[in-house]
Amino acid sequence: MTTDLTRLSLAETAKGLKAKDFTSKEVTASYLYAIEKAEALNAYVAVTSDQALDMAAQSDEKLQKGEGGALEGVPLGIKDLFATKGVHTQAASHILDGFKPEYESTVTQNLWNDGAVMLGKLNMDEFAMGSSNETSYYGPVINPWRAEGSNADLVPGGSSGGSASAVAGWLCAGATATDTGGSIRQPAAFTGTVGIKPTYGRASRWGTVAFASSLDQAGPIARTVEDAAIMTTSICGFDPKDSTSVDMAVPDFAAAVERGVKGLTIGVPKEYRMDGMPAEIEKLWQEGLAWLKAEGATIKDISLPHTKYALPAYYIVAPAEASSNLARYDGVKYGLRVPGKDITEMYELTRAEGFGREVQRRVMIGTYVLSAGYYDAYYVQAQKVRTLIKRDFENVFNDGVDAILTPATPSAAFGVADQEMKSDPIKMYLNDIFTVTVNMAGLPGIAVPAGKDGQGLPLGLQLIGKPFDEETLFAAARVIEKSHGLDFTPNKWW
Amino acid sequence: MTLVDTRTPDPKKFIKGATGDWEMVLGLEVHAQVTSESKLFSSSSTEFGQPPNNNVSFVDAAMPGMLPVINEECVRQAVRTGLGLKAKINKRSIFDRKNYFYPDQPPGYQISQYLDPIVGEGKVLLDMGEDGEVEIGVERLHLETDAGKLMHDQHPNMSFVDLNRAGVALMEIVSKPDLRSSDEAKAYISKLRTILRYLGTCDGNMEQGSMRADINVSVRRPGGEFGTRCEIKNVNSVRFAGQAIEYEARRQIDILEDGGEIDQETRLFDPKTGETRSMRSKEDAQDYRYFPEPDLLPLEFDDAFIEELAKDLPELPDEKRARFIKEFGLTAYDANVLVADRDSAAFYEAVAEGRDGKLAANWVINELFGRLNKEDLAVTASPVSAEQLGGIVDLISKGDISGKIAKDLFEIVWTEGGDPAQLVEERGMKQVTDTGAIEKIVDEIVAANPDQVAKAQENPKLMGWFVGQVMKASQGKANPQAVNKILKDKLGL
Repeated sequence: MTTDLTRLSLAETAKGLKAKDFTSKEVTASYLYAIEKAEALNAYVAVTSDQALDMAAQSDEKLQKGEGGALEGVPLGIKDLFATKGVHTQAASHILDGFKPEYESTVTQNLWNDGAVMLGKLNMDEFAMGSSNETSYYGPVINPWRAEGSNADLVPGGSSGGSASAVAGWLCAGATATDTGGSIRQPAAFTGTVGIKPTYGRASRWGTVAFASSLDQAGPIARTVEDAAIMTTSICGFDPKDSTSVDMAVPDFAAAVERGVKGLTIGVPKEYRMDGMPAEIEKLWQEGLAWLKAEGATIKDISLPHTKYALPAYYIVAPAEASSNLARYDGVKYGLRVPGKDITEMYELTRAEGFGREVQRRVMIGTYVLSAGYYDAYYVQAQKVRTLIKRDFENVFNDGVDAILTPATPSAAFGVADQEMKSDPIKMYLNDIFTVTVNMAGLPGIAVPAGKDGQGLPLGLQLIGKPFDEETLFAAARVIEKSHGLDFTPNKWW
Repeated sequence: MTLVDTRTPDPKKFIKGATGDWEMVLGLEVHAQVTSESKLFSSSSTEFGQPPNNNVSFVDAAMPGMLPVINEECVRQAVRTGLGLKAKINKRSIFDRKNYFYPDQPPGYQISQYLDPIVGEGKVLLDMGEDGEVEIGVERLHLETDAGKLMHDQHPNMSFVDLNRAGVALMEIVSKPDLRSSDEAKAYISKLRTILRYLGTCDGNMEQGSMRADINVSVRRPGGEFGTRCEIKNVNSVRFAGQAIEYEARRQIDILEDGGEIDQETRLFDPKTGETRSMRSKEDAQDYRYFPEPDLLPLEFDDAFIEELAKDLPELPDEKRARFIKEFGLTAYDANVLVADRDSAAFYEAVAEGRDGKLAANWVINELFGRLNKEDLAVTASPVSAEQLGGIVDLISKGDISGKIAKDLFEIVWTEGGDPAQLVEERGMKQVTDTGAIEKIVDEIVAANPDQVAKAQENPKLMGWFVGQVMKASQGKANPQAVNKILKDKLGL
């Protein structure tokens, strides 16, 4: 075996397995070996080697007979937020110590039904709260990318930092992730990978640990647009166990990837041109537009007037829902319990020890904004803003815009333990500035690598689509992927 | 909710105080467990009396990532109830989370309906006897989840929790502050229970906790401004409701007459002492941080959904009562007694069908219900069937047996069973209406008692003695009217 099987894309892996060029056991073993050697990245919180090899053996049996699903034998990493039966499921939190569910999330079950192999559980920001993957109880995830000529550790973004780092660092062929305010797209942009948040309601939330129910959506992080499309097809689908899941047929997204952008109208929202935006981000944006135009798209300046209210409104709605969703972690039923002299003290001690600082901060914010006397001023107001943001998008889509192009993040990956970010949580929250609107409006959004900054670090562009029109996003993202002419392979240092 | 006074002060209901008359103002929140196979948001069984934590799903236990899915049957039950209360059905309603920490509430919140309930304003009619009919307004009805149960007696220093009830569907039915006496409150609870049982939407078993009431009590000078209220929580019997209200109203009057003020608070009724005591004051009131449940879409249905349910609604007690009065010529009192329970009404109707409705009512209410009560039996477990009782009524109507013999016959049917007509034949219980046979007996007795004849001719009241003798000689089978007539003739009275 001369090729490193971990360097193949997901599509190539699936194809090679079907062609019997190699076996799932071989690919799985290659990944398990790579994971073992990549402790420095801290991408996994649990590696399920035995289970992975068992699943691979089962896949090989099917593949031998020419059977198997679209992902048969393909090894994947699973964000620790997804319930996996009998396996570590802790949302990277201390409070869920030892929790192994008796059930399997719909999203992961869909992947297993299509033949995928689970390598293990991926690190993440605790309860998916963070933009740098530094809030995990299991320590920060490290970005496989480093600035040219530097040995400093960079963050992979968050909250799906483990997913992004594992995909970029060849520790899985693709990964599941979740996105509440940018948690798929921002880490994808920071690691030179592709991440898509499907339309709210496309993928079931059943069995995924909840952060903010009205915003949470599962999606993949993958190495190519095609890989992301294949995984999205598998992940999505109506689930009667999730009342917000939408009963709608899921197209074969991979079939839309090479569709091109000819005749499409791409919107450019002026409100996303922030004051003090780095020149290289502006340059990247213009390049992206030029590539789409060159392939036959029409570029149109648009206005999304309520954009500036999105981030503050998001930081009301998301913590409000989180404060309620996280109330179940009380030491009574499962996970960590710190005994106290009575039930109230037990609650207090358990939650004080079990939740990290960022989770505590958001629970406090959420509790505050829902409190009597503040509810109308904050939560109700934020929901109104949300309606307005949604309407902004509806208006431009009604005016003939097919997709919107924006930067994915305001900068490239920053350093681990960045002092500025640490001392000012708002600065950290600003990482989501381009992505939260999409969650607030329930729209699909994809981040695709498009360029590099002055230090050679990946930068991504974001495409925002109409509800349930992920196909256009894959097609447009593919145009960018084909046009940038860059290599998004980090230099292996670990 | 704006408070509107819909009642005219009635001096009969005033409570005498040292400083003058007082009037109580009551409003009730009744929690009724929805009759359904499974819970409001999970597929767990709702069966009563199961071992602890037998009826618990991942959703009920609030496992991470679990989501609620509405049980449509519970929605139908709530709409049926709304229709039964002649209430406005809201085609769009919203579930909210009511947040609080307690081990009987695994997710840390109850799923309830706060601003947009499934059912809006309706009404309940009370028949208050000589005070006539009283209409009590219903403010709203909403669906919500029940909590689990803590068990403090299983371990020396820990409490256990049983989640069988956690997530079971409840309907909270909120009245307007239209009630003015404990009798009205008791009648309201009873009437509501009757309606729910007719509809089959709640079994109304208060002793099992299927129905419980929170009672808001305040007092005021007759017709004056509403006073500050106290809420008595979780009253689980009609009788306790009456006791709790009487105690609480008197307590408030005593405070006010001593120049004090009422603290708005939540109180508990202790059936052992018959008193209410403070549970928590308004200052300690929890902030429930209500907000729309993001795991559920707004609950929406169309007119067709409501019409379908309305079509299959059973006849309700008020309509049945009116029909009984009209069709069977019953008194309002008898009709009330009969419709108070759906099974009793059905039993009566089976007896009365094609017969004298009043006679049937007498026999059902006085003989049958009397006997059932004595033996503590439900009408559905009656040893005498409607067909058998109807047979007895037929024999009376035809004049085959007297009322007195009928009572004996009822006793035989109750204990031994059998067809009443056949029993009468076999045991020779048939009334003698043959005047010749009666005359023969009368002649014999008259002939044998010349002294009594003389006395009776002087004092006609003494004819009764002869009646007794004839009945005795005929073993009670002689038709009493015929005996009277013949005796009068023979004695020349």
